[in-house]
Amino acid sequence: MDEQETDVDLTYNDDERAFRDEVRGFLAEQLPPALSAKVRAGAALDKADHDRWHAILNAKGWLAPTWPEEHGGCGWDAVRRHIFEEECALAHAPRIVPFGLTMLGPVLMQFGSDAQKAHYLPRILSGEDWWCQGYSEPGAGSDLASLKTRAVRDGDHYVVNGQKTWTTLGQHANKIFCLVRTDPDAKAQEGISFLLIDMDTPGIELRPIMLLDGTPEVNEVWFTDVRVPVENRVGEENKGWTYAKYLLTHERTNIAGVGFSRAGLASVKRMARAEMSGGRPLIENPFFAARLAQVEIDLMAMATTNLRIISRAARGQAPGVESSMLKVKGTVIRQEINDLARRAAGPYAMPFVSEALEGDNAPVGPDYAGPVARQYFNNRKLSIFGGSNEIQRNIIAKTVLAGDRR
Amino acid sequence: MNFELTEERQMLQDTLRRFLSDRYDTRVRNAILESDLGYAPEIWRQLAELGVIGALFTEAQGGFGGMGFDIATVFEELGRAGVVEPFLDCALLGGGLLAALGNEAQQALVEAVIAGECQLALAHGEPAGRYDLEHVATRAVPDGAGVVLNGRKAVVVNAEAADHVIVSARESGSVLDRAGISLFVVPRDADGMTLTGYPLISGGRAAELVLDHVRLGPEARLGAAGAGYEALSTRIAAAHVALSAEALGAMETATALTRDYMTTRTQFGRPIATFQALQHRMADLLIEVEQARSAVILAAGHLEAAPLERDRNGAAARTLIGRVGRLVAEETIQLHGGIAMTQEYELAHIAKRIVMTDHRFGDTDYHLERFIALGRDAA
Repeated sequence: MDEQETDVDLTYNDDERAFRDEVRGFLAEQLPPALSAKVRAGAALDKADHDRWHAILNAKGWLAPTWPEEHGGCGWDAVRRHIFEEECALAHAPRIVPFGLTMLGPVLMQFGSDAQKAHYLPRILSGEDWWCQGYSEPGAGSDLASLKTRAVRDGDHYVVNGQKTWTTLGQHANKIFCLVRTDPDAKAQEGISFLLIDMDTPGIELRPIMLLDGTPEVNEVWFTDVRVPVENRVGEENKGWTYAKYLLTHERTNIAGVGFSRAGLASVKRMARAEMSGGRPLIENPFFAARLAQVEIDLMAMATTNLRIISRAARGQAPGVESSMLKVKGTVIRQEINDLARRAAGPYAMPFVSEALEGDNAPVGPDYAGPVARQYFNNRKLSIFGGSNEIQRNIIAKTVLAGDRR
Repeated sequence: MNFELTEERQMLQDTLRRFLSDRYDTRVRNAILESDLGYAPEIWRQLAELGVIGALFTEAQGGFGGMGFDIATVFEELGRAGVVEPFLDCALLGGGLLAALGNEAQQALVEAVIAGECQLALAHGEPAGRYDLEHVATRAVPDGAGVVLNGRKAVVVNAEAADHVIVSARESGSVLDRAGISLFVVPRDADGMTLTGYPLISGGRAAELVLDHVRLGPEARLGAAGAGYEALSTRIAAAHVALSAEALGAMETATALTRDYMTTRTQFGRPIATFQALQHRMADLLIEVEQARSAVILAAGHLEAAPLERDRNGAAARTLIGRVGRLVAEETIQLHGGIAMTQEYELAHIAKRIVMTDHRFGDTDYHLERFIALGRDAA
């Protein structure tokens, strides 16, 4: 296709390297050490921590890498976005809370009214609104389109009844975007609408779900006769599924999590150098070293797969089934690294030191051991949420076996 | 050839299974997990009355079992129900060491343990010791007729509840020598011994121990000076059978919960058990659980064999179950989806038990290395 065929180039070009240095400089200067220490130690971040990092990025204009410049985004191409995400992860910066920025924002830009864009987008950037996601229901997980939460029109309001679940960090949110059923008689995907709801509307109740690692990270949200103004609907009635699918494709940016894996692997190596087994460092134990090497080899390859897809995206080619592939491989690698960290900690992986205890008490055993088992169990979620790995495999298989090769 | 349980063990299994399925559900256990003690004294007492502790000791020791298959029978049921009470640490390890090595006064404690009236803990592992059984840096130095202990012990399970802690300390040799390790029975409130307690991720509690000039009289010594390693390794061999059987029982529960969930959970208009991709994964798990069952039988059946055979089979079981346990824990959670990650769902605790078994007395890699080394000796 190209007139001038260029040879394979595995590295960033000069501009990209300069950009990476700029990101590194920014992180060295602006990322508060107290925050990166918490992330590095695997401690849970509170709302103030998230808000602090959000404000620092916003002040720099780097909060919304995926947004176009007209809405306050960075105008970066896919390669720059990747560099930014990776450098942030390696520096142990807090994860950018995605619900407003990478989930709702793009949907509003594509399908929202001018009034909705003017009202909500600046509030996402300023941090005034913290959004959470009302998608999954107890009976609608992988089969999201079977959702049952009802919205019935009553004059210029919808009346919403039902239950959402797995609402991550809903305890911090003042807004929730929801998929609701507005036409129960239509085919599953065709009777769904997309509503923006104030969390303090009467009739909404949030109940924390305690996860197996002891963290209240997710919630159930119950709706009882919740009145939502019709102008809070995004796009057309009964077309919500289209918007939801659009959102899910945006949720999958940075799905490979290469930066997280690199940071995690480095931390496993630090642990394995410190741990002694049979009179020598664990990292020299051939069994452990072999496990470590296998993951590292997988990660090297996946990082390049990721770059191949990014490079194509930067040239304007939309990713297809590759994002499903990256989701599966990326999460499996992260989980494998969590498993290595758990192994490396040895007997000191066993103590359950809750967040509350960590503040006052000295850590039990080496400081790296405290969070590893918790993280191992907590990150079982990676292969379940965001479209389970089984759903991703379905997508890959359907695409390839139906002959729809891209 | 006969792989059936004896009538007595069958009765023990039935009794224990019935008691636990009546009395030990998720809510009961979650309340125990959140309690300050970390175990339920009432349930401990009732299980002692049922003879569950006695089953872990031989007749000569005052019990009615004590063989590999008795241990496996008890711990498989404890694992099935995700029991967090300290059967391993108090009874099998602490009580087992007293029964094997104790003088008359110390043997009296065994009787109290079997009756459920005495709690014990084994303080052997150390902060830098990882899984190395011979690693003992804690020192015992002569002091008149007795000794003075100095050192640190790590992740001592059941230490806070224990009336007595069995402490290993070195009287000669260097940190990784097998010879020179002695055992002492130390009252939990001994001067100079401080405990810092915490809950464990899979239930129960443990503590870090600091021994700062703990003075002990000659009556505290358990067994011969410097000869503790052999008794320790014999008891740890029994612990390998117990941990393997416990993980097996927990895996049975994990797969049973998953089978039930898959047949009732509908997505895309049908039970998820009808999706072939999931059926095959479930089938693979069931194949591996049967492998685990056989590994437990091998380990239990060789517990009374010569040390080399005993340890090869023990290491084989821990290696296989370390691998299979992780697979079963992860896959059963995945086949459920998010529900299995919630504290109020039974599998959450069961999965944690299975995985954290791998952190007691050696993980799957440690035992693989051990298995290879033992095979080399066998030639």
